[in-house]
Amino acid sequence: MTTTPETTVRDAGSARTPGGTEIRLEHVTKDFGLASPAVDDISLTIEPGEFMTFLGPSGSGKTTTLNLIAGFETLTAGTISLNGVDVSDVPPHRRNLGMLFQNYALFPHMTVAQNVAYPLRERKVDKREIARKVAEVLELVQLTGRDDHYPAQLSGGQQQRVALARAIVFEPRALLLDEPLGALDRNLRAALQTEIRRIHREVGSTFVFVTHDQEEAMSLSDRIALFNKGRIEQVGTPQQLYAEPETLFAARFLGDSNVFELGRSALDGVTWEGESWAVDPATVSPHPGVKENSAIVVRPEDVQVARSRADVPVGANALRATVRDVEYLGSYRTLLLALGEAGLPGRVRVNPLDGDYTIGDELVAWWRPRAQRVVAAA
Amino acid sequence: MRAGPAARRRPAKVDAVGWWLKAFGGLVVVFFILPTLFVIPMSFGESTTFQFPPQGFTLRLYENFFTNPVWLASLGNSFIVATLTALLATTVGTAAAVALSRMEGRLARFVRTLLMVPIVAPAIVVAVAVYIAFLGWQLTGTVAGYVLAHTAIAVPYVLVSVTGALGGIDPQLLRAAASLGSPPWRAFLRVTMPLISRGVLTGAIFSFIVSFDEVVLALFLRSPVFHTMPVQMYNSVTVEIDPTISAASSLMVVATTIVFVLPQLLRGRARRR
Amino acid sequence: MSSNTIKWSNRLLLVPALALLAGILLVPLAGTLVRSLSGTGPDAGLTLRNYANLFTDGVTLTVLGRTALTAAVVTIATLLIGYPYAYLMTRVGPRARGILLVIVLIPFWTSVMARNFAWIVILQDGGPVQTLFAFFGAEDVVLYGTTAGVMIAMTQVMLPFMVLPLFSTLGAIDRRLLLAARGLGSSPTRAFWKVFWPLSRGGVMAGVILVFTLSLGFYVTPALLGSPQESLVAQLLAQRTTQLLDFAAAGALGMLVLVVTLVLVAWANRMGGTVSAIGVVAAGRTRSR
Repeated sequence: MTTTPETTVRDAGSARTPGGTEIRLEHVTKDFGLASPAVDDISLTIEPGEFMTFLGPSGSGKTTTLNLIAGFETLTAGTISLNGVDVSDVPPHRRNLGMLFQNYALFPHMTVAQNVAYPLRERKVDKREIARKVAEVLELVQLTGRDDHYPAQLSGGQQQRVALARAIVFEPRALLLDEPLGALDRNLRAALQTEIRRIHREVGSTFVFVTHDQEEAMSLSDRIALFNKGRIEQVGTPQQLYAEPETLFAARFLGDSNVFELGRSALDGVTWEGESWAVDPATVSPHPGVKENSAIVVRPEDVQVARSRADVPVGANALRATVRDVEYLGSYRTLLLALGEAGLPGRVRVNPLDGDYTIGDELVAWWRPRAQRVVAAA
Repeated sequence: MRAGPAARRRPAKVDAVGWWLKAFGGLVVVFFILPTLFVIPMSFGESTTFQFPPQGFTLRLYENFFTNPVWLASLGNSFIVATLTALLATTVGTAAAVALSRMEGRLARFVRTLLMVPIVAPAIVVAVAVYIAFLGWQLTGTVAGYVLAHTAIAVPYVLVSVTGALGGIDPQLLRAAASLGSPPWRAFLRVTMPLISRGVLTGAIFSFIVSFDEVVLALFLRSPVFHTMPVQMYNSVTVEIDPTISAASSLMVVATTIVFVLPQLLRGRARRR
Repeated sequence: MSSNTIKWSNRLLLVPALALLAGILLVPLAGTLVRSLSGTGPDAGLTLRNYANLFTDGVTLTVLGRTALTAAVVTIATLLIGYPYAYLMTRVGPRARGILLVIVLIPFWTSVMARNFAWIVILQDGGPVQTLFAFFGAEDVVLYGTTAGVMIAMTQVMLPFMVLPLFSTLGAIDRRLLLAARGLGSSPTRAFWKVFWPLSRGGVMAGVILVFTLSLGFYVTPALLGSPQESLVAQLLAQRTTQLLDFAAAGALGMLVLVVTLVLVAWANRMGGTVSAIGVVAAGRTRSR
């Protein structure tokens, strides 16, 4: 995509910024009059050209925030700016943001070509230019040759590609994607994820992606904003969120964890079932909630098992474990354990080459202090 | 599972529909359709009364229908009133339907029920009330009076039809249109209108039929110089026996059946495409 | 566009419809109400005398009674005919069902005058019905000019209003319940009375109330097919207005009929979505199930 037609839509700011648009949310709040606000004082800066994912469970406020950015909902408080220009009062049709919906929202009475041409016609682009751009963008999403088809004649995956083409053909300042792959089956979803990543790289705009699927978020994003109950719990790269969760919610939401809730702050020292555990200060989350109530989190792949206490290296944190079940996953196995006296559920990943484990085996689970994470527990 | 030649037996249904039920259904169908069909042979008869079976075969009644100035005038009046009613009712009803589709809560439900009252209220009570009111406003015997009255009772039909069409539209479509740059009025024109066009058209057709066919209000609003065809037909029975009514009735039956059944057939064909 | 603008544009869109409704329906009906409460002579001013007169006047009472009876007979007839028909509709395939539905609606949409004229032809002295009865030995049966004839013609028109609520209720009953009853040893008849009929009562109530209510206000059919000596309330209303010019009495009678109708329809609506059944008839088709 090379040149930009002059946009006749009077909006606040230029339609094209190299590398995409910065989206800044400051103290954004949306209250529907229910028990608590849907979006509660959120501040976030989305960098130009980045792929930002809003991740969280249903009802966490991620879709509402996206709708606020799009302009479909009005702000109760706070401001939203695009490249420094406040668009809080700008209606959605003047914000120049592309949008993808979960059910595609293709106009059923128009052909593929007419659907894709729609935003260009709204901007009074000349006919030949429209034809050229439509062809170009359909090629980008690998859907050439279907110009005259109607949406009803296309598969789900194809419809979403048309929707994608329609949303980027007018070179929007940013693309907002509202769980666009939710309606597709696994294989299609994986294929389209690759597509979306590729198009993001080629087009270079800012992408804001909403999903509740953490694997999807991890594989697609530059950064993830984790939503919980209307607030952003943590923002970071997928790596950061996975390896350095700051709260128990974050640790649980992304990936599996072994969780030890302390009921008080870990900063006062950690004792678990009579044993004193070492805490590496570098692994303590900067979240202020750690000072009040913490939990210790260890990923299954960072836990090891030994047959007896004698085999556990000095300095490691350990406790006894009983094997409750064995999951065979091909190249590795997951042992489901009952940890300690309380029999807490735990998971550890083992290499089959290390030997076989059976249900009922009494083992010792151990890990190095630097592999564990101290997080804030609500 | 392929059945061999020996197993070619139609399996007995446990829960089959009894033949007597189907026969009964057939009788009911006859009861629905047959009586009205009696007007058709009557329209070709020669007698000056309503005797059945009619004697002879002639097109005289049809000829009279299309040449007699009284009948022609009533036919023309009906057409004018029905067309204007369809236009007005469709506009008013579509606007109301669009507005109601965007509203929620008790107010919306109340207004919707209120707009359906004309269908439910007994025609005679409405007719008498309107007649007396129109006497005072000098609207009896005028095109405007007829059109206003008929529009009031036709609007609910338009409302139902357009509301149904609106309900079939994905609400995300309008958001998509906005995200693509359409201000709300253009989104309405380019997205909503085309998608409800069939519902609007159906509403218009029904409004036309309702007005063309309406008897009770027409009887009360008539004047010696202006009345609609149903009134003329009514006079053919009560004032003076005029067999032309058979021709008028036959034409009405055929016309409304076609108009009513045609959309159903078209819809069936469209679905099969 | 802010939500406030949307709110006002909605209200603007509703203005024509509401203005029309108010002007053509509400204002005239209000006038009727006022007239019905107006006294003349010794009790000039607001009075309930007219309403009281309704129930002391022998003519009015007879007519009201006859109207209620007619409506009741029509209701029963439509129930007896409509229930099996609606049941049949639930049992056949989608295409046959569509055809049956269109057929049910046709009389409603056919010209009122054409329909009534046809009945005149059929029921008159010397007409086919008389011939039919003569064939079975009953001489000189002229149904034209009788309330019985009126009832027959009304049944034809009212059937859709019975069939449609019934169809929607009957269609929702799970047939496997019947099969289960049969499997447990019930004969088909007992299975019907013990299982099917109770579950259909909601639709039956809705249809019964609706047909009864709408039958009360019929004008054209009794005017053309009945006799003036056996008037129904609609004819009485017309007569009081146009011939006797007794607007006050007519007003009271009209208000009575209107209120009874509205109350009954509201009740039927609670039973089984009658307003939507009317809507279905009005739209000439069902929602896709």
